[in-house]
Amino acid sequence: MTGPLLEARGLALAGRLAPTDLRVQSPQLVCLVGPNGSGKTSLLHALARIGGPEGEVRIAGEDPGRLPPALRKRRIAYFPASRDIAWPMAARDVVRLGSSDGAEEALDLLDLLELADRRMDRLSTGERSRVLIARALAQRSTLMLLDEPTANLDPAWQIRLMQRLREASARSLVVAALHDLDLAARHADRLIVMDKGRVAADGLPAALLAGAEVTRVFGVERGPDGAWRLAPPGPGPNPSEDRRSSR
Amino acid sequence: MRPATGLALAAAALSLFALSVLLPWSPLSAVFDRDPDLAWSLLRELRLPRAALGFVYGATLGASGAAIQALFANPLASPDLTGTTSGAALGAVVTAYLLAFTSPLALSLGAVAGALCALLLLIALAGRRAETATLLLAGLAISALAGALTTLALALAPSPFAFYDAYEWLMGSLVDRSLAQAVFAVLPGLLAIGLLARLRAPLDSLSLGEEVAEAFGHDIVRLRLQVVSLTAIGVGACVAICGAIGFVGLVAPIFARRLTGGRPGEAVIPAALMGGALLLAADLVARLAPLGRTLPIGVVTALLGAPFFLWLVIHMRWRLGR
Repeated sequence: MTGPLLEARGLALAGRLAPTDLRVQSPQLVCLVGPNGSGKTSLLHALARIGGPEGEVRIAGEDPGRLPPALRKRRIAYFPASRDIAWPMAARDVVRLGSSDGAEEALDLLDLLELADRRMDRLSTGERSRVLIARALAQRSTLMLLDEPTANLDPAWQIRLMQRLREASARSLVVAALHDLDLAARHADRLIVMDKGRVAADGLPAALLAGAEVTRVFGVERGPDGAWRLAPPGPGPNPSEDRRSSR
Repeated sequence: MRPATGLALAAAALSLFALSVLLPWSPLSAVFDRDPDLAWSLLRELRLPRAALGFVYGATLGASGAAIQALFANPLASPDLTGTTSGAALGAVVTAYLLAFTSPLALSLGAVAGALCALLLLIALAGRRAETATLLLAGLAISALAGALTTLALALAPSPFAFYDAYEWLMGSLVDRSLAQAVFAVLPGLLAIGLLARLRAPLDSLSLGEEVAEAFGHDIVRLRLQVVSLTAIGVGACVAICGAIGFVGLVAPIFARRLTGGRPGEAVIPAALMGGALLLAADLVARLAPLGRTLPIGVVTALLGAPFFLWLVIHMRWRLGR
């Protein structure tokens, strides 16, 4: 393949996302970070063609908007921030809504085979999250978009999930919005920092997290013990809302 | 749903259809002995339209109930509880008694328009993914409004017998509908069922939320319009010919989803088969109950459906831990 795997031009959602260009050459794990309301979900929506975004998206040179649902599922998998499921289906049936071919492998990847016949309303929030992520993994799409996949997961599962996403990024482009900067730094190939509906910084995780941009955007800095702490108020725009950068 | 389950369901519906045509057997066999030609025309002109209407009306209620439950992501959305049947009845009454168009086609068009208005009003009032309370309140308000307007239309009707005429029809009845009348309910009903069944993949994907359904490539606004118009066409046409029949559209999808592992879109066809079987069974009860006369079928479905509804309310209270 010669062209980029993902190319987005002038991608925008009215009032939520300023026109954004994005280019990713090959399969990898890209993490989106940013304070609440910075536009992470909006960028994921625009890439998944949710909510009628402006601009163009090409995945492997193809416009996913023109594909019928069966083919589009193989191009884009989207995992939303909501863990609600409207009907009390069994976990396996939920994963099969993604794809019946990849369902068993995805259930196995997230250690769900024993829970597969249980109904979703009888699972914990964390287990439900894993089932819904397995649904997205089962699609084996070229582009996987995940909105806060580690939310509700215990620390061990947060790490395991990031490992699974890394493995998936060998063949797919995985874009995950995260709140945990350290988790993002440790696993991502590339980090995109969002602020006020636009891309504030884009590059290698280590370089970005050591820079001043993170302090400016999040209002936090590394303390002498290596943990994140609130930055003293400085000049320039200061975050006003409740921003907890790590959990 | 497993193929064997589907076949069993279809076989049950078919058997009930045959029973509905043949029962009660003794008057029919008496006529067969004396005049076979007359007996065949009785079967063709009376029994067959009644069974066909019963099956298709029930199937339409089942399929549209399943589709709007999937659309609103709520197991209590059904054509009667959302005010769709009341809207259709109002449309038909206005067409027949105020506008004085009494052909089956005009009645069907009037009822479809009424059902469409009721469903659009429901979406405007209750929103997309309706909370149970909002959905029921909105449905109650629409039903009350349509009921009051129906009474008003009958009161203002030029014919002094309007109330009396309309009463039996409003209670729901499959009796004395000719083959020519039945066609105006059966064809739109089958059309609606067939087209709703084609929407099962997008309806299933809606259970993962609208965002995911949209990411799958389904156009949600178009889907909503399709379900609403097909429900209005199917239910409206059936109400125009047979009056308002309750509870089948609520009960059938709930049982059908048990066969499809909870998948709401996949449940459209089983819900149609169950709805059809349920209404045929209710009609058999209405005809064969030893009361000396035929009961209005709407009364039978309400008598069977209301306790189920009560059970559902109690079950939901338990599940929510309240």
